[in-house]
Amino acid sequence: MIIHHPILGPRDAQEFVYLGDASLINRPDGLTAGVEAFYDYLYNRGNPAGEHRELWYHEQGDRSWLVVTRNTVTHEIIKVELARDVAKAAGRTK
Amino acid sequence: MRYSGLRVIVEALTGHRGWKPVWRDPAPQAHYDYVIVGGGGHGLATAYYLAREFSQSRIAVIEKGYLGGGNVGRNTTIIRSNYLLDGNEPFYEFSLKLWEGLEQDFNYNAMVSQRGIINLIHTDAQRDAFTRRGNAMILNGADAELLDREQVRAMYPWLNFDNARFPIKGALMQRRGGTVRHDAVAWGYARGADLLGVDLIQNCEVTGMRIENGKVLGVETTRGFIGAGKVGVAVAGSSSKVMAHAGMRLPIESHVLQAFVSEGLKPFIDGVMTFGAGHFYVSQSDKGGLVFGGDIDGYNSYAQRGNLPVIEDVAEGGMALMPSIGRARLLRTWGGIMDMSMDGSPIIDKTHVDGLYFNGGWCYGGFKATPASGWCFAHLLARDEPHVTAKAYRFDRFLKGLMIDEKGQGATPNLH
Amino acid sequence: MSQKNRISGGQIDRSKVLTFTFDGKTYSGHPGDTLASALLANGVRLMGRSFKYHRPRGPISAGSEEPNALVQLRSGARQEPNTRATVAELFDGLDATSQNRWPSLAFDALAINDRLNTFFTAGFYYKTFMWPASFWEKVYEPIIRRAAGLGSLTREEDPDEYDKGFLHCDLLVIGAGPAGLMAALAAGRAGARVILADEDFRFGGRLNAETLSVGGRTGAEWADSVIAELAALPNVRLMLRTTVIGAFDHGIYGAVERVSDHLAVPLEGKPRQTLWRIYSKRALLAGGATERPIAFENNDRPGIMMAGALRTYANRFGVTVGERVAVFTNNEDGLQTARDLVEKGVDVVAVIDARPDGPLLPGIRHLKGAEVVDAAGRLGLKSITIRQANGRTETVEVSALGVSGGWNPNVNISSHHRSKPVWSEALQAFVPGEGGPQGLSAAGAAAGQMSTHAALEGGQKAAIAALAELGISAKADTVPEAEDRPLSITPKWYVNAGKGRAWIDPQNDVTVKDIKLAHKENFTSVEHMKRYTTLGMATDQGKTGNVLGLAIMAGLTGQTIPETGTTIYRPPYTPVAMGTLAGRSRGKEFKPFRLTPSHKWAEEQGAVFVEVGMWLRTQWLPKPGEKHWRESVDREVLATRKSVGICDVTTLGKIDIQGTDAGAFLDKVYCNTFSTLAVGRCRYGLMLREDGMVFDDGTTARMGENEYVMTTTTANAVTVFRHLEYCRQVLWPDMDVQLISTTEAWAQFSVAGPNARKLLEKIVDQDISDSAFPYMAAGNITIGGLRARLFRISFSGELAYEIAVPTRYGDALIRRLVEEGKAFDAVVYGTEALGVMRVEKGHVAGNELNGQSTALNMGLGKMVSKMKDSIGMVLSQREGMNQPDGYRLVGVKPVDPAATLTAGSHFLEKDAKPVIENDGGWLTSKVYSPHLGCDIALGYLKAGDQKIGRRMRAVNLLAKTETEVEIVSPHFFDPEGERLRG
Repeated sequence: MIIHHPILGPRDAQEFVYLGDASLINRPDGLTAGVEAFYDYLYNRGNPAGEHRELWYHEQGDRSWLVVTRNTVTHEIIKVELARDVAKAAGRTK
Repeated sequence: MRYSGLRVIVEALTGHRGWKPVWRDPAPQAHYDYVIVGGGGHGLATAYYLAREFSQSRIAVIEKGYLGGGNVGRNTTIIRSNYLLDGNEPFYEFSLKLWEGLEQDFNYNAMVSQRGIINLIHTDAQRDAFTRRGNAMILNGADAELLDREQVRAMYPWLNFDNARFPIKGALMQRRGGTVRHDAVAWGYARGADLLGVDLIQNCEVTGMRIENGKVLGVETTRGFIGAGKVGVAVAGSSSKVMAHAGMRLPIESHVLQAFVSEGLKPFIDGVMTFGAGHFYVSQSDKGGLVFGGDIDGYNSYAQRGNLPVIEDVAEGGMALMPSIGRARLLRTWGGIMDMSMDGSPIIDKTHVDGLYFNGGWCYGGFKATPASGWCFAHLLARDEPHVTAKAYRFDRFLKGLMIDEKGQGATPNLH
Repeated sequence: MSQKNRISGGQIDRSKVLTFTFDGKTYSGHPGDTLASALLANGVRLMGRSFKYHRPRGPISAGSEEPNALVQLRSGARQEPNTRATVAELFDGLDATSQNRWPSLAFDALAINDRLNTFFTAGFYYKTFMWPASFWEKVYEPIIRRAAGLGSLTREEDPDEYDKGFLHCDLLVIGAGPAGLMAALAAGRAGARVILADEDFRFGGRLNAETLSVGGRTGAEWADSVIAELAALPNVRLMLRTTVIGAFDHGIYGAVERVSDHLAVPLEGKPRQTLWRIYSKRALLAGGATERPIAFENNDRPGIMMAGALRTYANRFGVTVGERVAVFTNNEDGLQTARDLVEKGVDVVAVIDARPDGPLLPGIRHLKGAEVVDAAGRLGLKSITIRQANGRTETVEVSALGVSGGWNPNVNISSHHRSKPVWSEALQAFVPGEGGPQGLSAAGAAAGQMSTHAALEGGQKAAIAALAELGISAKADTVPEAEDRPLSITPKWYVNAGKGRAWIDPQNDVTVKDIKLAHKENFTSVEHMKRYTTLGMATDQGKTGNVLGLAIMAGLTGQTIPETGTTIYRPPYTPVAMGTLAGRSRGKEFKPFRLTPSHKWAEEQGAVFVEVGMWLRTQWLPKPGEKHWRESVDREVLATRKSVGICDVTTLGKIDIQGTDAGAFLDKVYCNTFSTLAVGRCRYGLMLREDGMVFDDGTTARMGENEYVMTTTTANAVTVFRHLEYCRQVLWPDMDVQLISTTEAWAQFSVAGPNARKLLEKIVDQDISDSAFPYMAAGNITIGGLRARLFRISFSGELAYEIAVPTRYGDALIRRLVEEGKAFDAVVYGTEALGVMRVEKGHVAGNELNGQSTALNMGLGKMVSKMKDSIGMVLSQREGMNQPDGYRLVGVKPVDPAATLTAGSHFLEKDAKPVIENDGGWLTSKVYSPHLGCDIALGYLKAGDQKIGRRMRAVNLLAKTETEVEIVSPHFFDPEGERLRG
């Protein structure tokens, strides 16, 4: 596979490490959320057959975490964003 | 029709006129007591044991494609019970014991062959871990042996002992491990279930679930609605898709695992071997092909095919371990969709929907589990309580912090 | 033996004679020959045996689809099994042997299977061999295994090298026949970056095998002229002997170049084969088509082959397979074989044409509506039986028969992404369907463009269209003139006559009867048929037989062929050597070595090294006279505890963390608090995964207000860094914190023991007295002006420091430490001594940090602060992870100090039976403590914290040993920590 890194251009997916569903961005706050919320956040997955937003890390590259939107049936990559931008847009701060 | 050597001879001498279809192709009925979704190894075994061991009837297995067309038909055929953890080992040992009597039980030669499995040891820490595991296996009534380097060399003198990046220091061996002819498992269970009156319905895909007041009434399929008293889902890589019809999100991701076979070769390796310093495991089929595999590709996928890096990675492992296979040729690669769970262990449990049961999360270890999975799922379906060896395989173990994490990788499915 | 079947013409170099052997017998051939063509030239038709029935076999093809003529090529360590004689290029001195036969190819004892064929039907083995159960492994299977397989592998290491390479292009053209050549020409002339790959050792594809003209020249001459032009274009790469093996995601193709297989041994420094990963923007499948047979009784006799192959041997190799030849066809293309052979002076005794009408070939006995019903000649074809349209049968003596049942476009690569090929009624074949690999199109015979003209035109058009998508405009030149006749095919899958066997998959011995049996037993789905009969599972993956099989099944079920469908096409297109896929990653080069800064010094001292992940670390350093490793390790431990020891700890992960939020960031990633750490101080940190299990541990120092230095375990250096980047970028993107891994930037040594300070004082420029640099102090220092870092931390339990210098000074530092250490009898110790001392101190390491353990398990539960949000804090509170009788870290001592312990042993109470219900836990790490004079161990014991002082058994059921042990505190040595504060 080839991932079009928003900064570095097309890179072989072999340079990256895969983590999983980009919903991992939405980590609850540990001081307010309880075990149930964290359980759902960490363990349950949509796991769609089709478009999937997922986290990839450019380990053998610039160390960017990316959100890749990819079709899990065809492997077609629809969109690649910096995870930091996605996280900030989702309201994550410090 | 009962199969036997005599029957083969009689048929041969009379022009093979007497062979009958191994299963019927019935049209789906309006209602069954049990509808098993998924005509793979686990689903077929479930139906077989439901009928045979738990004396249930009015059972259907519905399959979106052809029977045995999923992972039971594309795996590396290994059976073993060399697990570490309390939640797993009794279950896999139960499964291995079922394998040992399976062929006589369902009257089909699935070529259950206990030629032994070894897990190679390359570091002292690995030996410590395998010693712990081997002891856990024996405590659970399984067999295990720890081999030293010279014992491994005596078995396979042509392994890379003298120029290895990660030297072989020994192995954990389970002599009762081995291989089984994978397709024959599906066909044997299918034939056995059919003979017990189970309707095996192929080309019938679930498109929805009818649930009212928290109770499942049946499944919508491409061949119409099929009513059911209980619905058991055993669909491996399609688990999330099917259970989404019941509004469930699962602690499961679907990943592609590739496996490989070489051209046919005269006997080269007798048993099964795993090489943990690389990502490689291998056995040789009765037909002569080296059957081998390694890691999953590592990303969510329903594509049933993989990519080149993993093929290379596996071949590298193979050459590092067995430098004399350089001129053997890889014949075919294939890819199956693995239901990778969050702790690497399966789930056999009820759901929040009354009458809806789930069996999945087998990661890439589902084949060896087939008999016990079927048995335990049938037990749960028939009796509404878990089989004693499968009681840890609950959905709520993640909420309760009772994970069964053999590899200690945590909630990262692609690392299990 | 003379080349008695060599005829005129062909693209072989008759000026040179090559000698070779087959089964020990010497033959001659010419450059340009394949092993098969040379053997056929010498009158040898028998080249192999089939898998199940051990039937005598000759080649049926002249290409990579060959299922029969498989040989063991070369000998000794280079012996390669299952090589297709039809693609093995002849070289001088080539030696080949036949396989899967005993004692000889002409007389094979296992041919008895053929006599017993009525028992050995499809799947017979599923129905028998079940009693008694133990006989499968003991009796039946060993016999089956010995008989199975084709060629054999040596047990010697493959002496050849393999390589890997990466290529990029605008257009990858797969196949250099008429379509591929026109495509490459159009794209090359347009300036696009083109790769043209062909599996053959001559470009031209079918043009080399045909007498038809292209642009007024022979096809081969035209191909040569195109290749000459392409070779002159700098933007075109021509790749001969290169098979594209598979289409992967996003335009990536795998290709295997057989660099040296046409040579006796690879040239110096050259690999045998190279695996190329080709990154293409667009790709064109121009891989041609494969002819398929018509099944009839005994159609597997040596001498019966594809009509097109017969023509290839005549036209390209100057070989006739026999003196008297017949052709059996259901399409127009088969007739060309007859024409060409007549032209070459070969006696064509009959053309058996299954089609009922149409024009007759002039001057040849052309039988319309006829079919071949049988063939005779066990070791080589002697005669065929023909049934004419009027039902009359006759037997005709022939030594070769060409069969054409039509051509299957090579759709394989276009279906590697599991798209379904579609059925063409006109061609009676599958052609590429929609939804194939993105960016891949097909042209020529692969796309069903079966005439030469159609292929030429199709190739050019496809290239222009593909380049247009890339914004490159290529122009349509005049397509050279070539034949453009229709295939004119009438479907004919098998000849229904008699009770004999008609082969579909010759290698696996799948016959029409097997298909019928599969149907009878309801294995009618195409996948069931394949799996039950093994059709298409041979080394050719059904390239010739599959369509035949499914067409016959379609006939039986009453479904159409497209309804029946195909099985799945999967990579590789042709089998690939394992060595090629592995490349250079083998032997010691399997994975790279990471060497520590003291490696060279240690090597000079004769150190013993150990693999720790990718690292090679000093395990111990034997002194002269030390015979057993324990002597060395005990000495290293005792000397360290007595005076001072030095250890290279560079492999521990080191991460610089800077920014105004660095402290807050560490509070998130560690379960304990770091924002309150004073500048110039260190603290032990425990890192959890989000699931609450312990991830890693290490010491982190605050070097400045906004600057921390984290250390990780060696094993987790990479994953911790990845995790920190994840936390920084994904979870808390607004934190002002920057990370850099400095594991390789700093050489770091532990200096431990009562005299550690005295030794360091000789080296460092600063005051490091206890008051100036107390326990857990950290700071930037200098060594003779050179910047360095010093941490007063201890893994050994001694007064200890870790001192770090830029890596390039690491070698100098170890030498300096050793030199200055002489005054204190300092030792350098390795990982074994390190392990001994950490177990004596009860510190957890890899065996305890196994990813399955909580802080509570380790006795560190109180470190998890609930006052702040940190990774893993919430889920570490789940009930299952906080059971009072859960595992707790304990120390273990044998009651009898002379007794030994084994890590991995399990705890059992005194009289408890060895069953899982009584399992108390296990010994994680065991060492011999020279200080205590006995084995000691750490272990995870259920409710271990409540069992201190208890006597239990440590049982190793694998070795059938057990030791009575006392459960003790894990802190065996200096539990109050007085020494490290000294």
